[in-house]
Amino acid sequence: MTSGTSRVPAQPADLPAAIEARGIRREYRTGSTVVTALDGVDLDVPPGEFFGLLGPNGAGKTTLIKILTTLLLPTAGAARVFGFDIEHQTRQIRRIMNMVAGGEQSGYGILEVREQLWMFSQFYGLAGREGWRRVDELVEAVGLAEQRHQRVSSLSTGQRQRMNVARGLLNDPWILFLDEPTLGLDVSSARGIRDLILDWQAAAGGRTVLLTTHYMAEADELCDRIAIVDRGRILAIGTPSELKRRVQGESVFRLELDRLDGGPATLAALPGVVSAVAAAAAAPGGPVRQTAVVNLVLHDDAALSGVVEALGGIGSRIVALQKSEPTLEDVFVELVGRGLEEEEAAPARPARTTTAIGSEPGSPPARPDTSHEAGDLEEDEPH
Amino acid sequence: MSSRLFPPPACSSPAEAAAWTRRRAWAGNLRALVGRAYPRVRGLNREPSWILFEILLPFLTTSAFVFVYRALQAPPEFVGFAVLGGAMTAFWLNVVWMMAAQLYWEKDQGNLELYFSAPMDMMSVLLGMAVGGLVMSSFRAAAVLVVATLVYGVAYSVEQWLLLVAVFVLTLAALYGLGMVLASLFLMWGREAWHLTQLLTEPVYFVSGLNFPVGRLGLIGALAVATIPLAVGLDAMRQLTFSGTDIAFDTPPPEIEALILVGMTVVFTLLARWSLRALETRARREGRLTVRWR
Repeated sequence: MTSGTSRVPAQPADLPAAIEARGIRREYRTGSTVVTALDGVDLDVPPGEFFGLLGPNGAGKTTLIKILTTLLLPTAGAARVFGFDIEHQTRQIRRIMNMVAGGEQSGYGILEVREQLWMFSQFYGLAGREGWRRVDELVEAVGLAEQRHQRVSSLSTGQRQRMNVARGLLNDPWILFLDEPTLGLDVSSARGIRDLILDWQAAAGGRTVLLTTHYMAEADELCDRIAIVDRGRILAIGTPSELKRRVQGESVFRLELDRLDGGPATLAALPGVVSAVAAAAAAPGGPVRQTAVVNLVLHDDAALSGVVEALGGIGSRIVALQKSEPTLEDVFVELVGRGLEEEEAAPARPARTTTAIGSEPGSPPARPDTSHEAGDLEEDEPH
Repeated sequence: MSSRLFPPPACSSPAEAAAWTRRRAWAGNLRALVGRAYPRVRGLNREPSWILFEILLPFLTTSAFVFVYRALQAPPEFVGFAVLGGAMTAFWLNVVWMMAAQLYWEKDQGNLELYFSAPMDMMSVLLGMAVGGLVMSSFRAAAVLVVATLVYGVAYSVEQWLLLVAVFVLTLAALYGLGMVLASLFLMWGREAWHLTQLLTEPVYFVSGLNFPVGRLGLIGALAVATIPLAVGLDAMRQLTFSGTDIAFDTPPPEIEALILVGMTVVFTLLARWSLRALETRARREGRLTVRWR
């Protein structure tokens, strides 16, 4: 399924914004060090939208989700979820939301799948019998009918995550927060979870999803709009096609080489090259790559001859060369100056200071390499 | 498929869905209590190893004290004191190890985030833990009490059955109230609180008089009676189950101790409610709800 609005059902009238965030800032203190995880995030998500936060690990995506799900207070700024204030109206928000995280190990291994889901249904306030009915429906929907009486501790990673998604839908939330929901899953399991979420959202108007991911294809496939996040700031917001139009004036090539001494940075320095980054890792379960694959963005096609010549000079042989449509990764490189899976210390080229497509008025421009890396600090906080 | 599996929301707007009546909120909290108690109760028949750890081993510990008292030719009531102490240890251990520390483990597993982000009151989760733990501990306590009483021929003399039952219930209420306070402290200080609990286990056993009348400790015993539910509850139960004994307890009469337990229950429950809310706010500010222990 491609992104767009065709699958979005009619939205109930007069609903407040699903998410409205203004100037969200979150700092973590570790001793005398202050690390900024979010730095002035403004965000508006209308009801019924499938919205994606795309960024590398440590960009601040999870921190933003924790704030919106009332688990964390912002250091500064304010946010509302369907009109409810995240600081003072936590109960109301908790009644209409749910969340699922990738690699989630929630619940108790001693319980059976059906029992575990029923237990959570009680936390969401479903009446006992209604809870069992809902559990049975969802167990069927997520394809765990055969495992319904299996202990949670014996589920595979994919089965466990499907159970987690079922848990997230138990209370039929108006807004569902998904934090890297397909992390570590094989292609088939990830596909199943994506389809399930899309089916759920499409079944009624107003159901909103906020997805964080660092899988470009996932964001491209699922999201009506995407915010590209890096170092705690939103660099650009738009539909996938709007974002891709940023780099449509340039030529994008996928270059496969037998080897590339010095890595993509060797090519990034050549005249006419906008960016050169290693292609994203192969999909889990896919073949192991024996070659170097580089996504190359050039100012125009003419710059290609210089690249080919340079490759000959360093002894690299071209295995395959394909001109491709821009991807979100190209957009990310354009905005950030490095690939999504690349280390920050080795940018392919200097980051551009960019005005975001479709971003909110007054939203800050991209920030070059000046601040602390806002890692997923919630995992590293001392206590 | 989707229309059947995912019917439209029951409410026409999020505002309507979020507007719970007081009755619905109470019902939700009761359901959460039942939900949280459920895995503990189910665990009883899923992992029968608890029979060894929860019954046989405590029985052996109690037996050790029985043999010591017999070797010392102590009055026979002392055997009964040790048996009662052995039975009540189950509840104390449950409070400290399986309730107060539970949030510590829940956080590690990722459950704590889900508890806090669910619409029910955290107090109902804690009560659910208490009720679930109570079922398990009651088996252990009853088993130790019955087996040890039969094996060692303990003869009880109860004149005020009603007061005895009331004291037992109040002891549990105060104990689990303390457990809820400890649970909220664990939420804030995690590993440090865990270590502190481990450090205090044996001293608390001692000053609570688990295996001897706490009044023998003089001022320390009096302080324990005034602050530790296990100490005051156990002492009151001993006085009530051996009502005709010549042994001096050197502590207030059971009626007064019952009142102390009422006070403890109220104070601990209110304190738990307050501390849980205060600490949740602080934890949200400092990011501790989302931190996993290392």
